[in-house]
Amino acid sequence: MSTTTAALKVGDTPVSRSYGPITRHELALYCGASGDHNPIHVDSDFAKASGFPDVFTHGMFVMARLGMALNAVFPTAAIREYGVRFASITQVGARITCEGKVTAIEEVNGERRARLELTARDQNNDVKLKGEAVVALPQGDRA
Amino acid sequence: MGAPKFAVDPQTLVGMELPQQRAFVEPRRLKFFLDTIGEKDPVYLDPAAARAAGFRDIPIPPTYMFCLQSLDNPGPNRILELLGVDIGRILHGEQKFIYHKAACVGDELVFQARIGSIVDKKGGALTMVAQDIRVENGQGEHIADITNTLVIRNPQDEKGAA
Repeated sequence: MSTTTAALKVGDTPVSRSYGPITRHELALYCGASGDHNPIHVDSDFAKASGFPDVFTHGMFVMARLGMALNAVFPTAAIREYGVRFASITQVGARITCEGKVTAIEEVNGERRARLELTARDQNNDVKLKGEAVVALPQGDRA
Repeated sequence: MGAPKFAVDPQTLVGMELPQQRAFVEPRRLKFFLDTIGEKDPVYLDPAAARAAGFRDIPIPPTYMFCLQSLDNPGPNRILELLGVDIGRILHGEQKFIYHKAACVGDELVFQARIGSIVDKKGGALTMVAQDIRVENGQGEHIADITNTLVIRNPQDEKGAA
């Protein structure tokens, strides 16, 4: 893994992962697992009373999955920054595809780092999360 | 703009430090989170794998600090309480983590949040509340900085905001 990430260059898309449909059961589990008990994610009566057609996914659940996709390529100790904007609501049943593209390779305090543009999209190609990560790279074997 | 949208003038809250919050990284609770999101990386599941990767114990995954803050601090969200906003009106706008040091199972974390800015968007249909949160571990080491933006949907005279 380290040799492949050491050789990364601008334009590469090392992060690419898809997940199955988000279920109501997962939303219920995520409430307990995350401590976010906003009923809007599990109680459809509450969601409707708040002006939504149905319950919807915790943005942080999708951010956790986008983080997993990032983490599948870069070890947790290498992640320096990770941020997202929640572009639109993720509906129940959404099948999320996560991608990360290298936009810069830089050196900070003697450490080689890659900057990645991240996206999480649903099955209709609607952007749900748009974000950025900065990761440390292994010292490259210069060709 | 009609009736006031908030219990207080939001600008009086900008710069306010919220009460410090503490949270523990508990192994079983962390395992429940990992199972829920479907994380199977051995570094998060096996203490030996975590040590082989250079950690004292199992580290937390990238977004878990946000959860810890809620898990050990149940009860109403302080900002919503101050503004007099029902939880059904909020959405999550932005979230960012800057990591300085790892947090691992067994650690106690201390969160110090400050209200950074409160800004209206879309002609007042939405109000964005940004918080800056400094995270330290039990040894007083600065381990992360978090920024969080909450979106409040405001009641509309005409048709409701999306």
